[in-house]
Amino acid sequence: MGILEVQSVNKRFGGLQALDNVNLDVEEGKVHAIIGPNGAGKSTLLNCFVGRLMPDTGTVMFNGKSLLGLKPHEINQAGVSRVFQTPEIFTELTVLENVMIPALAHRDGAFKLNPWARMRSEGGIKDLAEHTLEDVGMAEKRHMTASSMSRGDKRRLELAMGLVQEPKLLLLDEPTAGMARADTENTINLLKHIGETRGITKIIIEHDMEVVFSLADKISVLVQGHVIVEDKPENIKGNPKVQEAYLGGAHE
Amino acid sequence: MFGLDTKDTRLFFFVAVLVAFAPFLMNPFPTESGLAQFNGGYPDLMQRFVIFGIFAIGFNILFGLTGYLSFGHAAFLGTGSYAAVWMLKLLTINVIPAIVISTLVAGVMALAIGFISLRRSGIYFSILTLAFAQMAFALAASVLTPITGGETGLQTALNDPRILDFRAEGGNIPAPSLFGLEMRASYEWLVGGWSFTFNVGYYISGLFMLAALYVAIRIFRSPFGLMLKAIKTNQNRLNYTGVSTRPYTLTAFVISGMYAGLAGGLMAAMDPLAGAERMQWTASGEVVLMTILGGAGTLLGPILGAGFIKYFENIFSKINDSILHSWFSFLPEGLENVMVTILHPFVGKGWHLTLGILFMLVVIFLPGGLMEGMQRIGKMFSRKKKSDETDGKATVPAE
Repeated sequence: MGILEVQSVNKRFGGLQALDNVNLDVEEGKVHAIIGPNGAGKSTLLNCFVGRLMPDTGTVMFNGKSLLGLKPHEINQAGVSRVFQTPEIFTELTVLENVMIPALAHRDGAFKLNPWARMRSEGGIKDLAEHTLEDVGMAEKRHMTASSMSRGDKRRLELAMGLVQEPKLLLLDEPTAGMARADTENTINLLKHIGETRGITKIIIEHDMEVVFSLADKISVLVQGHVIVEDKPENIKGNPKVQEAYLGGAHE
Repeated sequence: MFGLDTKDTRLFFFVAVLVAFAPFLMNPFPTESGLAQFNGGYPDLMQRFVIFGIFAIGFNILFGLTGYLSFGHAAFLGTGSYAAVWMLKLLTINVIPAIVISTLVAGVMALAIGFISLRRSGIYFSILTLAFAQMAFALAASVLTPITGGETGLQTALNDPRILDFRAEGGNIPAPSLFGLEMRASYEWLVGGWSFTFNVGYYISGLFMLAALYVAIRIFRSPFGLMLKAIKTNQNRLNYTGVSTRPYTLTAFVISGMYAGLAGGLMAAMDPLAGAERMQWTASGEVVLMTILGGAGTLLGPILGAGFIKYFENIFSKINDSILHSWFSFLPEGLENVMVTILHPFVGKGWHLTLGILFMLVVIFLPGGLMEGMQRIGKMFSRKKKSDETDGKATVPAE
């Protein structure tokens, strides 16, 4: 039984069938990649997992519990963290505060009335956040304002914000999109390193096939809202259906 | 000290010293000198400085931290005043129950209004709060006349029940007091040409403002305060981070409503009179101006802004043409009249024009308010120092 089970999910926007009977089975501790050309419905699918969109039909079960109808913060509290494609960070706060906020949310729950507590006394949370920033290679920038970070650093900060919550499932939305080649390789190495040190189940959304081959344990190929193949990476490359989808008319 | 770090302790004592010595600081000019009209050290104005300081500190907890711009905070100020006057009428002339109850009543009202208004954000939230405040104002001025005294306002009377007080027959309407110490009591100290007034009500209000500032510092430095700052920066992201933002914004709204209620209660304690005009939208707008002028999101800014606006309102509005003539009497007759004509629209009833121009200048050139101006001046000095000594430490933003 998988940690995340998606069964016959459909989503229609007006005349467009964005998701067409999608099934997914993500195993615990594994890296599951969802690839597909632009507009295949990858982000729509992800939005159905985090409470931003409600599928028309179908079920999304996480650890045996339905995620449908839950609010974004409830889904996060259940153990699903999302790393955004375009960095969604707290720009006016410092890098360290950006990581401490998700850490506090993970420890204290969705709401804690503690206006009398002191940040200065939150040594444990601070250590945890600094440790995570070290993992993504940003420890020396922790006291800088988040808005002053480069795009690549913002992406790494995003990753730290997801990791610090020690989620059961981490959703990565195109972690290398818009990155230069060198940055892409850095990010892949970083994700590999994290995969080895922390056994977090991950779903990676990508349109660049090359990125995920070295990372994923299993790949689902999504084309026009439909999963055409779900297999191990080595079998995906040679699959004629995938080649047609990527090299034939549907490519970008 | 008191659970504050060194920087915050220093800031707190700086304000405490200012409050304690304000009767001197606000009266720098001898009473007989021509500049005496710029003295702001009389009880009525000094009370207003600290009371509106409380109002602005509380408003800043909502607006400065979460970014939710309420345009209806005067409703809580007015409610606090009514509640306080009623306590002075029904319970006792002692101000303590009046101040406590006014804070609580405003808190309950803020809970109700906040619960509904916070379903929306941005301009829609502002409009909802404005609508509630205007409703409260209209109700107080008309339908609720038996409770609020309508347009004449609510005040204490000789035959009020005051069930906790020992009642002497006849005499005057008692003045609000703290265990017999009347709020209006003042001690006047004459030294040379100067006169300094130490007023009981001012110092009691000042103590409340220091307590209010202390609570605000604690909130700013708490994990709760960090969440509020995160709401201002990116509320959507905070939801996806596992935080339910509505209870946070509602708590901030209630706390700032209670601050407004406390300010309203103190106003009534200083002068036992409450009128509907305290709830009008211009009063709500005033606290917005104070906070932005001083520096939203900073600890000192709102106090500074409140003092600045209240000083202008009371000092510039008193300058009339004859005072202007006396200033420029050294000029030839024609030139004197020209100068008076030029300055006339900016003083007296025209003080709003001066304030408006100043506000525009601050918003355009110092978007961080007066605090940003002070920070820039501070930086200029520290840069000079840096070139003398060489150990350069990064300047931390003043709060």
